[in-house]
Order: sequence, then structure tokens, then C-alpha cells
Amino acid sequence: MPITVTEEISARFGEDAVITLLTRDETPTIRTPREKVVAILQYLKSDINMPFRMLYDLTAIDERAYKKEQNGHKPYDFTLVYTLFSFERNEFLRLKTGLHGEFPTHDTITHIWPAANWYEREVYDMFGIRFNGHPHLQRILMPRTWEGYPLRKEHPARATEMGPFKLFDDKVDREQHAMQFRPEEWGLKRHSEDADFMFLNIGPQHPGTHGVLRIILQLDGENIIDAVPDIGFHHRGAEKMAERQSWHTYIPYTDRIDYLGGVNNNLAYLLAVEKLGGIDVPLRAQVIRIMLCELFRIASHLVWYGTFAQDLGQLSPVFYMFTDRERVFEIIEAICGGRMHPNWFRIGGVAQDLPKGWDTLVKNFIDYFPRKLREYDKMVMKNYLFKVRTKGIGIYTLEEAIEWGVTGPGLRACGLEWDMRKKRPYGGYENFAFEIPVAHNGDCYDRAVVRVEEMRQSLRIVQQCLEYMPAGDFKSHHPLATPPVKQHTMHDIETLIHHFLNVSWGPVIPPGEAMVCTEATKGWNSYYLISDGNTASYRTHIRTPSFPHMQMIPLISKGYTVADLLSILGGMDYVLADIDR
Amino acid sequence: MINAWWIIGGVLFALLNTAAGLIWLERRMLALWQDRYGPNRAGPFGLFIVLADTLKLFFKEDWIPPFADKVVFVFAPAVVVASVLMSFVIIPFAPGIVVADMNIGVLFFLAMSSLGVYSIVLGGWASNNKYSLLGAMRGASQMISYEVFMGLSLMGVVVLSDSFNLQKIVEAQRTVWFVVPQLLGFLIFMVAGIAETHRLPFDIPEAESELVAGYHAEYSGMKFGMFFIGEYLGITLISAMVVTLYFGGWLGPTFLPPIIWFVIKTFLFISLFILLRASMPRPRYDQLMEYGWKVLFPLSLLNLLVTAAIKLWLISE
Repeated sequence: MPITVTEEISARFGEDAVITLLTRDETPTIRTPREKVVAILQYLKSDINMPFRMLYDLTAIDERAYKKEQNGHKPYDFTLVYTLFSFERNEFLRLKTGLHGEFPTHDTITHIWPAANWYEREVYDMFGIRFNGHPHLQRILMPRTWEGYPLRKEHPARATEMGPFKLFDDKVDREQHAMQFRPEEWGLKRHSEDADFMFLNIGPQHPGTHGVLRIILQLDGENIIDAVPDIGFHHRGAEKMAERQSWHTYIPYTDRIDYLGGVNNNLAYLLAVEKLGGIDVPLRAQVIRIMLCELFRIASHLVWYGTFAQDLGQLSPVFYMFTDRERVFEIIEAICGGRMHPNWFRIGGVAQDLPKGWDTLVKNFIDYFPRKLREYDKMVMKNYLFKVRTKGIGIYTLEEAIEWGVTGPGLRACGLEWDMRKKRPYGGYENFAFEIPVAHNGDCYDRAVVRVEEMRQSLRIVQQCLEYMPAGDFKSHHPLATPPVKQHTMHDIETLIHHFLNVSWGPVIPPGEAMVCTEATKGWNSYYLISDGNTASYRTHIRTPSFPHMQMIPLISKGYTVADLLSILGGMDYVLADIDR
Repeated sequence: MINAWWIIGGVLFALLNTAAGLIWLERRMLALWQDRYGPNRAGPFGLFIVLADTLKLFFKEDWIPPFADKVVFVFAPAVVVASVLMSFVIIPFAPGIVVADMNIGVLFFLAMSSLGVYSIVLGGWASNNKYSLLGAMRGASQMISYEVFMGLSLMGVVVLSDSFNLQKIVEAQRTVWFVVPQLLGFLIFMVAGIAETHRLPFDIPEAESELVAGYHAEYSGMKFGMFFIGEYLGITLISAMVVTLYFGGWLGPTFLPPIIWFVIKTFLFISLFILLRASMPRPRYDQLMEYGWKVLFPLSLLNLLVTAAIKLWLISE
């Protein structure tokens, strides 16, 4: 029997370095003393056989309000959670370390993973945990003048708990002062030896950023010396909201995380909830979910395709692609009743069975779309000027991609054939035949190539859903499935009670923690859920793909020009809500 | 003398209306190509959108940003309209219908179109805005470098027709339009013309997705309207010049009067400009410069040399 990673760590760092924790998902989870965690992470990244080279996620938990002591919770005030991924092992690893005190400090790991920079800033911003040795420990999502740390349990969650808002003169002055731009605060120099730099704000209001994003450019002429993204304008506190919404009523909030991905967000959240609750989803519901997810993947990629071309000055494709997206939405609307945010998946299945005539709609689209894709290939991908603007721009290597946590099409464009739907199938994807498109140069053009091909593969999956749609239930009969299937409620008392309670209070999900990594439209997306056996989650952390991608901007835009930055941003396919949550 | 005033008035009236009408034409044609309707509500075919747009521009607040250099800021948009309108002085719309029958017509056109760059540079500089500054820098270098071979490319026509006078150039095309012997010159002139009017794919000075609106980012109301009208006048000018230099000007079968032929040909080229805008992405600024200096400039020189050599050879025969 091969030795597990836990055994390898304890062999190296001693028995007391590892306490194995039980979780509801299959992710090996260990708790280590805080003095050893940095050394262990270093070991896991570089020295261990088949290393964990990607820092998938880093977050914290405020343990102080945990209901009862269980699974190592509670004895600490805060817990830091590092999630790593190893491509060689095809395995996640969750490392936890407990912290004591009201405002604890901990050592940074930015020297091991530069990608930890933003994650640690987020933890500081949300919990007030300081990281020693961090190069730029500033608030990242909240305004710099914000008082308090939102994800701490004592921080109010509702406006009504916060007292009336008053803007006195001195506060106005303070806010104005905070808004003034001082390059030094962003780690930027004003001059070089022979030149004065120009600082240019791209955004927060700019037609090229696709949302409220600010990128501070340090320019020498039109050449980018450095770029500093300033995010958080789109932050809505989705994680805090999860702590006061019931498991069921949180679903519509997930729709709005990656607002182009629609039900893909529902899926990432519900897979984790279902893992916590031990709910099996009927086959028909699985296939319906997959079909909707793939339709949304096509819709999302179409938006990216059109706006990317538009970023490069091509005005027309975006209109054709939005028209086609409208055709996708026609199907989605017929099935779900909603369009961009259908809020249609439920705990244990989907909201309703498929309507009559859905198959004709889907079939028409399958017949129609490939022809359009070929047309777009000629119009955009084979266009000489488009190639000139995207080939060789914004290159990163596979090593850099893994180092910085790049996932999804951006990773596959570097030559790694890695798709979570295939490598770690979830929600029934193992039943479908499709290819993983890859490209090898890792530039903007290759990222586009991968996405365009992905649309074709998604269409293949949708076709298989159409041909093999199984009969059966669209929702599980598990007591936690919410709301229970309505037709039974009038006949047996048990379902009626469940219906009543699950609708009024919401289901009580058993204590534990779980996370399921899904291949969303933009990369790996997962909801790390912790339940303390209540009607709402104790802690929800949303790991979104766009967040690490945006962190990479300085690295991949240095040395290019302002015009190239727009190619890079367009080729990255991010959504601001997905970054800021 | 009275006749001359009529011509000036007529040309001015026709041009300003064309430029305004082009707003409608462009929006409708773009819409047609992009599977949508475009403005179709105000008046027949949405034609009154022109009126609505103009009225809106006139009634907007005449805003000058406090940080701008006021005199230059106001002066800049006037330059583009004035210089383009001045260029029209030498265009022969039909035999005898020309404002000034100059024997240095081509040179006058080049001189005036060079002046147009001032409005971009001054407007961008006076706005005191970084986006405008970048736009102005791009505009200046783009227009100055494309100016060079715009001039060179049409020298082939001058060689063939032995004249800088546009009426004589048109007359010289009675047997064959110059687009046939000067195909290369025509193509180069066309590219330079697009760059000169900074339209997509060469709209690099304003590049919406990069520089928001580039050199005119700070402009609003009628001062922006001047840039707007200037751009459409520019398209009309380049189309008219292409027709005059390469497509026989007013020449055409006699069942239609010459001026109608001229108008038809010019509108075909205007439509080509709009079609280009609907279909092409925008190259990067340094790529455009490289293309200009490394490809088009040598080609236009070559074109001139070969044309001149053949001409000399024909004369010596």
C-alpha cells in the first residue's frame, strides 16, 4: 500500500506535526502546529515526491462562535486553511493551523508561493489576521478606511445592525485623503534614472475593463513598467451573506458570483452541500444539471468571444455572438424561466422537470450552432489583424501558471491537458465523452483557441444529454432535499413536515466540512462549506478562478504596451463579481 | 463672381448636409451588417435622428474642463473642420463646378490635410488628460508618417497626367481610369486615407477600448460635434479624392449628368469606409507605424519610380 501524504509528513516532521481530521469530502485534511506549517508547506511544494505545486486556496475561519467542539474546531480562536493541489497525484490537500488571540499574527508564505500575496491580504482584510513578512499587507476587497473585519463573527451582517450612516465633514476629509493617489503606497516609483513615469488609471470606469476594475499603470511612454490591479469595487460580501442565509436560500446568491456562468455556480455550491448532507442526486437530475451547465458554458464563452474581439477594435462579432447567446438563453428560459441567473438547481436535484418540447429547442440549437462557429473562426480567429494582436502577447509558461494558481482554459493553453470534468469527475461527468482541448504557447491567441474548441465540446456534451436523457426523478427523495417533491406532500405526513420545515427554517445540514472542485467556465471553482449543524453555514469560502488570474496581471503585462494590456485582459476572461465575490 | 459664390454656397451646403447625413447612413449600415435595426424611429427610415443628434449637441452645456488650456481647447476642434473644408476647394465635382481651379490642386490638398493633425495634437494636449495625451501622441505620429507616402502614392497620377490640377487629372482619364495603371498607388492612397481620417481599423488615436475616447475624451457638446463632423467630412474628402484621382471623377456614361456620377462613386467609397469599420479589428500603434514605414513607404517609392520610368520610356519611343 502506498504511503499517504499524511504519513510522509509525519515521517519527516514527527508524529505531533500531523493530526488527521475527518471531513465529509475525500480531501485529506490535517492540522499542524503553527510553528511547523511554513516548513511543511515548503516541503510539500518542493521536496516531497510528487509535490503539491499549486496553492489552490488560502482562507481562514473564525472559530469563536462554533456551536460545539468537534473535529478540532473550537479550541482555537481562528484557523488558517491552506488548500494545495498536486497534478502528479491528482489530489487536494487541506492543511489547517490554529491561532490564538483576538488579533493573531502568523508567518507569511509569500516567499514560497507568490500567489499567496492576495490570499493573505484577503484574510487580513476579512479577519484582521496579520502576516509577518508580507510585502504589502493592505486591505484588498474592502475600502482602506473600513472599520472592522467583515468575516469576524462580531462584525454585523445586516445594515440594520450597523446604526445609521452619517457622513460628517471630518469623515469626508478622511475618505478624500484615502482616495488620493500616492504611488509609494502601491509600491511604485515615480522616477527611474533617466525618466519620469506616467501613472495611468485604467478604470474603475473604463470601457476595456468589463466592469469596475482599476489597474494602475506605471508607464514609460506607452510601455508598461508595472501594473497594479486594485480590486474590490464589486465586493458584495457573498461569504458573509452565506452565514445568515439558509442552505437553500443561498442558492440565488451563488448565481451572481460568476454572473456569466449561471448554474455552474449553483452546481459548485450544491455539490458541496450534498456532500455534507450525504444526498445522492438521481441520474436524470444529474444529466439535466450537466446539460444546463454546458449551455451556460457556451453562453459564457460567447460573451467572452465577442467582447474579446471588441477589445481589439472589431465591432461586429459581439453582435452576432450576443444574438447566438440569446438563442442559448431561449432554451434556458424555456427550461428554467430565468436567463442569466436562473437559480434553478436545488439541494438534491433541480427545481422542476424539463418542460415539454425542450428536446426540439436543444436539437435546433445543436443543428444551428456549429455552422456559426465555423463562420466565427473565419471572422475572428483567422483574421490577420486579430492574430497580430494576440499571438505572443501575455505569455506565461506552464510552471508560472501552476505557481500562480491559473486554472481552466488559461492552464490548458499552456499545454497541460487538465480538465476537472475529466480528471476528477463530479456530478455525473464521468458518463460523457468529450475531448480536452489544449494549446501550447500560453499566449492570448492560444487561450482563445482553447475556449473556441471548448464550445464545440460543450455542444457534444449537450447532444449526449439530448440523446440519452434518462427517465426518473428530477429531485432526490432524501429528507434534506429542499423543497421536497411537492406531489408527495399531500399524501404522507413525513414529507409534509419536511416540506414545512425545509421551507420555513431551511434544512439542517449535518456538521462537517466539504468542498467539491468544479470546472467552471473560467477555471476551478469551489465552495468550501463548514456546517456546525445549523440551518445556515458556519463559514462559506468561495474559491473563484478569476481571483488568482487577476493577481497575475503585473507579471504578464510588464514590458507590453497599453494596447496589449487590453488583449491580455480580454484573453483572460474574468468576471469582476467572480474576483470580488 | 456671383456664380462663384453660388458654387461656394452650394458646396458648403451639400458638404455639411452630407456629413450630418453620414451619421445616419453609418449607423443604419452598421446596423444592417450587424443584424440589428439601428435608428429607425424618428421620421422616415429614422432620418430625423440627424436632426435630433444635432439639436442635442447644440443644447448640451458648453463645458470646458477647469484644468484645460481654454484658448487652445476651443480652437482645436475648429481646425479639423476648417482644414477639411478648405481641401474641398480644389475638388472638381463636375466640369466647371469647382471652387478654385488651382494648378497646384494636389499640393494644396496635401497641405490642408496635414493641417488637420494640429486639431488632434492641440486638442489632446489642451485637454490636460492622460488618455487624451496618449491619443494625441498616437495621432500625431500616425498622421505624420502616413502623410509621407500619401503624397508619394499619388505622385504616380501626377506623372501620368502631367498636372497637379485636378480637373486636368480627371480629363486625362477619358481613355482609362488611373486605377488601372496605378492600382498599387490607389491601394496605398486608400490605406493612407483611412489612417489620415483615423477611422477603424486605424482609429488608434481614439481607440475606444484602450483610451476611452483618446484625444477628444474631454470634449462634449458642439465642440465634440466639430470633431465628429470633421471625421465625416474627412471620409467624404478622401472618397472624393479617390474618385477624382483614380476613378475618373465625374466621367461616366452620358445617360446621367456628370455630377451624379461623381456623387454615386463617392458614396460607394464612403460605404467602403463604413464596411471597413464593421469588419476589421485594430492593429497596435507600433505595428501600424512599422507597416507604414517598412512596407507602404518603400512600395509607394517603387510605384513612383516605375511609373516615372515607364513614362520616360514611352516619351522616348
